[in-house]
Amino acid sequence: MNFTYSAEQIEFRDVLHALLQAEVGAERIRARWDTASGRDAALEAQLRDFGLYSLMFPESLDGLGLSVIDCALLAEVCGRAALPEPAVETMMVASPLLVDVLDRGLGNGSVQAVIEGVMSGDARVAVSHAINPHVNFVEDAHWVIAGVADAIYLLPRDKVEVTPLKSVDPSRRIAKIDFDPEEQYRLAEGEAAAAVLRSTLNRGALSVAAQLVGLSEVLVEQSVRYASDREQFGRAIGVNQAIKHHLADVAVQIEYARPVIARAAYTLSVSPERADIAVSHAKLAAARVGLLAARHGIQVHGAMGYTWECNVHIWSKRIWALVREWGDEGFHKNRLQQWLLQSNALLGPEFTFGRRSLLPDSRVSDPVSADTAA
Amino acid sequence: MMDLVYTPDQEAFRAEVRAWLAAHVPKVPLASFDTAEGFAAHREWERTLASGNWGMVTWPESYGGRGCDLIQWLIFEEEYYRAGAPARVNQNGVFLLGPTLMEYGSEAQKARFLPAMASGEEIWAQGWSEPNAGSDMAAIRCQAIRDGDDYVINGQKIWSTRAVYADWVFGLFRTDPASERHHGLSKILVPLSAQGVTVRPIPQLNGLPGFAEIFFDDVRVSVDNRLGDEGAGWQIAMATAGFERGLMLRSPARFQQASRRLVSLYRQHHGDLMDPAVEDDVLRCYMDAEAYALSTYQTASRLLQGGSIGPEASCNKIFWSELDLRIHDTAMRILGARAEVEPSGSSDQEDLGTWLDGFLFAQSGPIYAGTNEIQRNIIAERVLGMPRR
Repeated sequence: MNFTYSAEQIEFRDVLHALLQAEVGAERIRARWDTASGRDAALEAQLRDFGLYSLMFPESLDGLGLSVIDCALLAEVCGRAALPEPAVETMMVASPLLVDVLDRGLGNGSVQAVIEGVMSGDARVAVSHAINPHVNFVEDAHWVIAGVADAIYLLPRDKVEVTPLKSVDPSRRIAKIDFDPEEQYRLAEGEAAAAVLRSTLNRGALSVAAQLVGLSEVLVEQSVRYASDREQFGRAIGVNQAIKHHLADVAVQIEYARPVIARAAYTLSVSPERADIAVSHAKLAAARVGLLAARHGIQVHGAMGYTWECNVHIWSKRIWALVREWGDEGFHKNRLQQWLLQSNALLGPEFTFGRRSLLPDSRVSDPVSADTAA
Repeated sequence: MMDLVYTPDQEAFRAEVRAWLAAHVPKVPLASFDTAEGFAAHREWERTLASGNWGMVTWPESYGGRGCDLIQWLIFEEEYYRAGAPARVNQNGVFLLGPTLMEYGSEAQKARFLPAMASGEEIWAQGWSEPNAGSDMAAIRCQAIRDGDDYVINGQKIWSTRAVYADWVFGLFRTDPASERHHGLSKILVPLSAQGVTVRPIPQLNGLPGFAEIFFDDVRVSVDNRLGDEGAGWQIAMATAGFERGLMLRSPARFQQASRRLVSLYRQHHGDLMDPAVEDDVLRCYMDAEAYALSTYQTASRLLQGGSIGPEASCNKIFWSELDLRIHDTAMRILGARAEVEPSGSSDQEDLGTWLDGFLFAQSGPIYAGTNEIQRNIIAERVLGMPRR
């Protein structure tokens, strides 16, 4: 039993954090709001050089072979930076989906080429999943992975009809897509497709949860700075308990969301097909933090917080956009709820980490290895 | 490397705890330890625990413990709550004073007090607050003036948990009468049987005297009863408040057990006409109890890896006390008008009474051990770095 990250994991995260802190500021994020693509090619190249697009591919495919646990840590610092690139989605959703497809002996001739393209930075992949109504950064992608109810397709971009929409978050470039489900583009169907899509949904939800915590933490930091500088009645507004308590409340929720996300990442890494409960918990906890951070962040900034000029909205709008991606509260609460109502659900102090050898009963259902479909 | 699987040794430890508890936990719940009869029964239970060396598993064997690490402690607690074992009447001793003694006590003090604490021979009350020193603990006025090899204590403590039936009290006293605020305070251990000590019980919300006022009228104790240096009382109090208290005062198993009972109650009443918001709160209680456990495991793992405790120490008091309120409030809402019923001892009403008891007790969580408002100030100022004034 060891619930800590290794020194290497923390170090790797800190390197990415330093890179993003040096390269991605509010100005650079704003600069691309008015561009056609919303992309920053120079930054994408830097992220590729860092290895972000190779992380989740196994070494046998010339990737770095990192785990979901590593990636969740990295996703948090990407959240901190309010990174506009769909890098987290490429790293934590698209890459493992392609690997998953290969591992199951599925796919078609394009998969290998797409994987190589992702790692080299030459191929941009957008992911569509039935749980999400929109696709992000699909317009100038090269490939589109589309998960529908009972099949997964990998389509060249020109085979997909894209209808751009405007997101509340000007950094995001969302669109609706349409395509002909031609057999030649199909990667998987039936149960196999459903299994891949279910893991994909969980990885997507975890990636969003981790980003939400990073986004929330920055809102607290910005609000602390503002409340320390801004004076009213002859003193900093941050001396008032009403302000302090707003931010302390967010800090407490962040503190208790992180270990939940860590457990979800661990579960996805050791048992991806049985991670529903741990992931839904992580997503719900992170959503709660994110919404609270956005609300209190804006409140502490007063009228400034309601302006376009103040940077608070870069982070709060990302939260509002991400909080309902990969399953909204209704979806994840219902998944948890259905499990909690089962009479064989393993709850209580001795089951924090799931089933024990003390309990050989295989019919039970626990939060770490829960198979809610069973 | 993260590895969320118990080792065979940890599994074996769990099995050992489970088996021992199954054989020894009283079949009939004990009366409240805030009654004379219940206190005696709980003291007897502490003796039973000690007879198996389960009094405080993290302590060295020489003091009646088992030298367990923090993961084993968590496992012990999980099994303890799973078994429905009696509440720890000596929690002020084993969870609060014990760790402080371990760190600041002389060898003689450790040998004198720790074994008797682990065995339940001596039950401890705490004496921090005074009528004019509550949230502002540095306003303490109760004096302990040096007179030869003794201190002579005069003044008053209040909200002293367990003081009505306990044997000893530990607390902060002003040993330098000219001092102010957090200077000139010392931590002193006082037998409640000493001449000049008067304990006046204060009935709590449930009508039972769970705490008391203590009056000190020329009470003499030896300077050997001082813990740590004279004048170092504040630092000692703060140091122990952070770590052990943060981690150990309320173990996560307690809330996981309560949330498990809440889910059962909810399943049982699932078909009832119910406040729709209850469903959401049941989920929230389950999730937050898990989150508290996960956070505690993370902290324990980090400490075992040689790390130090982080800001979660200041966060956890808020988190568990509000969770406890939510769990019991949700149970009250599931039970509806039936929730009003006091415990009667009759078996069909027993569960109702247990929820009401817990609901009443939960009201105190956000107040004791530093109100949650004070905790939020601490987080804002010391963790987030917000301005004090």
